[in-house]
Amino acid sequence: MAQIGETRRELALDCFLLAGRIMMESGAETYRVEDTMIRMAVSQNMVNSHCFVTPTGIMFSPSEELATRFVRVNNQSTDLERVALVNAVSRNLVAGEYTLQQAYDEMMIIDQTNYRTSIWVQTLAASVASACFFILLGGSWGNIPFPFVIGGIGFFIVDTILTETRVKIFAEFIGAFIIGILASIAVYTGFATNLDTLIIGSIMPLVPGLLITNAVRDLMAGYFISGLSKGAEAFLTAFAIGAGVAVVLSF
Amino acid sequence: MNWPLEAFLSFLAAGAFGVMFNAPRRTLVSCGLVGMSGWLIYRVFFLAFDDSVQASFAGAFAVSIVAHLLARKFRMPMIIFSIAGIIPLVPGSKAYNAMRNIVENNHLEAIAFASEALMISGAVAMGLVFAEVLMQLYFKRQARRIQRKMGLTQE
Repeated sequence: MAQIGETRRELALDCFLLAGRIMMESGAETYRVEDTMIRMAVSQNMVNSHCFVTPTGIMFSPSEELATRFVRVNNQSTDLERVALVNAVSRNLVAGEYTLQQAYDEMMIIDQTNYRTSIWVQTLAASVASACFFILLGGSWGNIPFPFVIGGIGFFIVDTILTETRVKIFAEFIGAFIIGILASIAVYTGFATNLDTLIIGSIMPLVPGLLITNAVRDLMAGYFISGLSKGAEAFLTAFAIGAGVAVVLSF
Repeated sequence: MNWPLEAFLSFLAAGAFGVMFNAPRRTLVSCGLVGMSGWLIYRVFFLAFDDSVQASFAGAFAVSIVAHLLARKFRMPMIIFSIAGIIPLVPGSKAYNAMRNIVENNHLEAIAFASEALMISGAVAMGLVFAEVLMQLYFKRQARRIQRKMGLTQE
């Protein structure tokens, strides 16, 4: 540890914590983040480092005598492109193709760039997914405009409320509620048939697939804190969607 | 039962989920392929054995295996490929029917649907776990073989 200087050590710590934070905020699995950080640390001669990642914060201890650093993980939004980019940078660092400074600069660029496609493209994707699921679940071809439109509107509403309020359960509840209302209107005015398939197809873009997968993989890897909290989040999301639809159906 | 149509629709749906989760652009076709393989295997098992729990297990297993292979090929985290593929297997219609029956005060029927939804999500989780363990064993064996070839370990 003596051979690396003070500034270099600080830079290394900043780099690892930044990598961990970006990955956690973009929806990577907890054990994957810990694995990446430890690999990067070992490649920088920090053999005795320890790292503890939860969905809301990351602790990293470089060695026994040095101070432990902590960083808070803030708003989480799924962005797999950033996960892939950070993963590529860390691979290059471990393979020795990047110096520490280069890796840190790359991470800073990744942190500040917005890689998300525009909300309209995402809404279009949600519409297409809803329409596909509607047909796969046995809907008729004549009704296909309804899941296309309703699924897109539902996704757009959830995304808008989420950016405005940051309360996920509320956003999902309102989204499912509006999907239920629109689907009921379409059916009761006689334009569409089969309310059930229409609603199921349209709420598909809201299903917490990422959370479920992450929760299972974290639990499996023995990371019970993050596995359970992500599982709880998935359950709450599913509950909010169900409650939103149920409120409409109860009338 | 129209196989090419189902394949195309599930491919499109999984690709669309890839766009929504902002997967890297060059992996979108692969995301679609993962979703398609998962859904087709699910359907084949469902038609053969008429049991959606087993079929979900098989579908999730297929999704996880294909996602692992693609992750190796692209050198990217496996999660990029698996989430788009898992979503078609989520028991949305069972959960919906359970909710609907609760609202209509048919509690007995609601319990039947809810327990089925629970079984299916458990089967999906088990499918993911089994495939992951198998792939880990396989990759470990492969790595050991390469090491032996390079003369790093002696046995």
